[in-house]
Amino acid sequence: MESTRLYGLMAEFDNPADLLAAARAAYAEGYRKMDAYSPMPVHGLAEALGVQKNPLPLIVLLGGLVGCLTAFGMLWAIETIIYPLNVGGRPFNSWPAFIPITFETTILFAALAAVLGMLALNGLPQPYHPVFNAPRFALATHNRFFLCIEASDPKFDLVATRRFLENLPSREVVEVAP
Amino acid sequence: MAKEGQSGNPAVAEVEAPVIGPGHTYASVTDKISSIVLTRKTPRAWWIGFTITFLLTMLLLYSIGNLLVRGVGLWGVNVPVGWGFDIINFVWWIGIGHAGTLISAILLLLRQEWRTSINRFAEAMTLFAVANAALYPLMHMGRPWLAYWLLPYPNTMGTWPQPRSPLVWDVFAVSTYALVSFLFWFIGLIPDLATLRDRAKNRFVKIVYGILAMGWRGSAIHWQRYETAYLLLAGLATPLVVSVHTVVSFDFSIGIIPGWHATIFPPYFVAGAIYAGFAMVLTLTIPIRSYYGLEDFITMRHVDNMGKILLATGLIVAYGYMMETFMAWYSGSKYEQYMILNRMQGPYKTLYWALIVCNVVVPQLLWSQRVRRNLIALWIISLVVGVGMWLERFIIVVVSLHRDFLPSAWGMYRPTAWDWSTYIGTLGFFLALLFLFIRFLPMISIFEMRTLVPHPAGKARH
Repeated sequence: MESTRLYGLMAEFDNPADLLAAARAAYAEGYRKMDAYSPMPVHGLAEALGVQKNPLPLIVLLGGLVGCLTAFGMLWAIETIIYPLNVGGRPFNSWPAFIPITFETTILFAALAAVLGMLALNGLPQPYHPVFNAPRFALATHNRFFLCIEASDPKFDLVATRRFLENLPSREVVEVAP
Repeated sequence: MAKEGQSGNPAVAEVEAPVIGPGHTYASVTDKISSIVLTRKTPRAWWIGFTITFLLTMLLLYSIGNLLVRGVGLWGVNVPVGWGFDIINFVWWIGIGHAGTLISAILLLLRQEWRTSINRFAEAMTLFAVANAALYPLMHMGRPWLAYWLLPYPNTMGTWPQPRSPLVWDVFAVSTYALVSFLFWFIGLIPDLATLRDRAKNRFVKIVYGILAMGWRGSAIHWQRYETAYLLLAGLATPLVVSVHTVVSFDFSIGIIPGWHATIFPPYFVAGAIYAGFAMVLTLTIPIRSYYGLEDFITMRHVDNMGKILLATGLIVAYGYMMETFMAWYSGSKYEQYMILNRMQGPYKTLYWALIVCNVVVPQLLWSQRVRRNLIALWIISLVVGVGMWLERFIIVVVSLHRDFLPSAWGMYRPTAWDWSTYIGTLGFFLALLFLFIRFLPMISIFEMRTLVPHPAGKARH
């Protein structure tokens, strides 16, 4: 099988509208293992490729909750158990005074969860990826738009998939080495 | 089939509001911004500017070195004014930083597209301003190598920081702010670092940008999570920026000193911070825009909008001054009343009236569109506001402290040469970092500018 030595077939487009249409067409054709590459975010592209869930908001919420509980718990423990100080007879558990630090720590943990969560879900940092083998792929961060159907897709067939991509308004279709 | 990079449509560009000059394409936007970093010869003015600011950075290091060897006695601080230049400059610098977060986060949430060409630069300004701000409390400690004692951790001394004190809140607020600002800035840079990696010709440069870009390849699924993360960070940074300057104002308003103990402090400090920060953004962008020929990206509309924000926040600050005076009279407290009279007629009265001229009178010129669109006038006003906001912090810190309840404890504060050399040194350090930033990183967000390029099939975003 020739397709096992390939990462996939990549088509190049001129503008985001063509890429979006191509992604929708490929999904309708039955392709699932594919990805699109663009120099800027294209609204609706991930959905067109069949991505349903984005777990990031939940991760950030959990990060924020952990930060909130950690900070308040720590302050409460310091002030009531570990190191109680009598300041003018005020209660040890002076919770209103704990709010600023609790708030800041909530933001800190949520922000770290957003950044680290995004990088982890995206698998970054990633030193090597086959798509960079495509000769003109450097333009994916410049002014060109790419759609890559991967060879691991069950419907992938070198001849049929190439014909499908060439029938889209693509500039050229290239084979991507793994 | 379209020609090379022919995705822009000049006809559409003219109908839309001019947040980007007409006729730009994805390729032209990328080339214009990345060429400043990659291909254009480093201008002579850059070398001159960097050399001067680098020498000032050395002055800062010399001042800090002396401080560490000889102690805080070098400064003009003493009883009753224990907080002098270090707190004035701490608040001034951190306030300047706030405009960066406002532009990058709040204006993003409000869908103000014009923010796109100035947000990267303003975020860098935030980071460098916060770095300078954080230096001051560290230096004021006297023994900065023990700064980690501020953090709560189990230790052999058996002590813990007191979380009922606003100074401990400050530690958390400022360090969170510094870290979140850095994350926001760095996340925004990743796609542009990938562009630089792919555009660079030199192998070493390619490797450096390649490592920083972490293998970003512009995948649609990555973009989706990226945009979610960016939007959530903006949503988190917005309350953060308000809380940081609120906590900074608590450093004062929780105390019982007349002139500090006021409920208006948090909103008045936040508005003042944004005011000073926008003034600094204008001070920096007006010359850079002309020098690097970025008029297509930072258009007159940007300049005009920033002038309007300056005016609006200036009016809030003016309201703050008015209310301070009114409340002193209305409170019936003789200490509060004396404090205001002492500001207006006491030994520092020149500085108070200079503050009113700088922050309240001069910015009224911004009501006129002709002034807002006159780059030189706007640049001078932005400098005046920067000075005015510095004077405001001087008045709040020094004038309130130098004469409090007991006349026997009154005194005067005069900054020493070391106070000035440290302050001028931080200005140099700030500008030196900015010079390095505009030389080595794209000062305008390239990928966000691409989303502003009009194309026949409508907008890529929204």
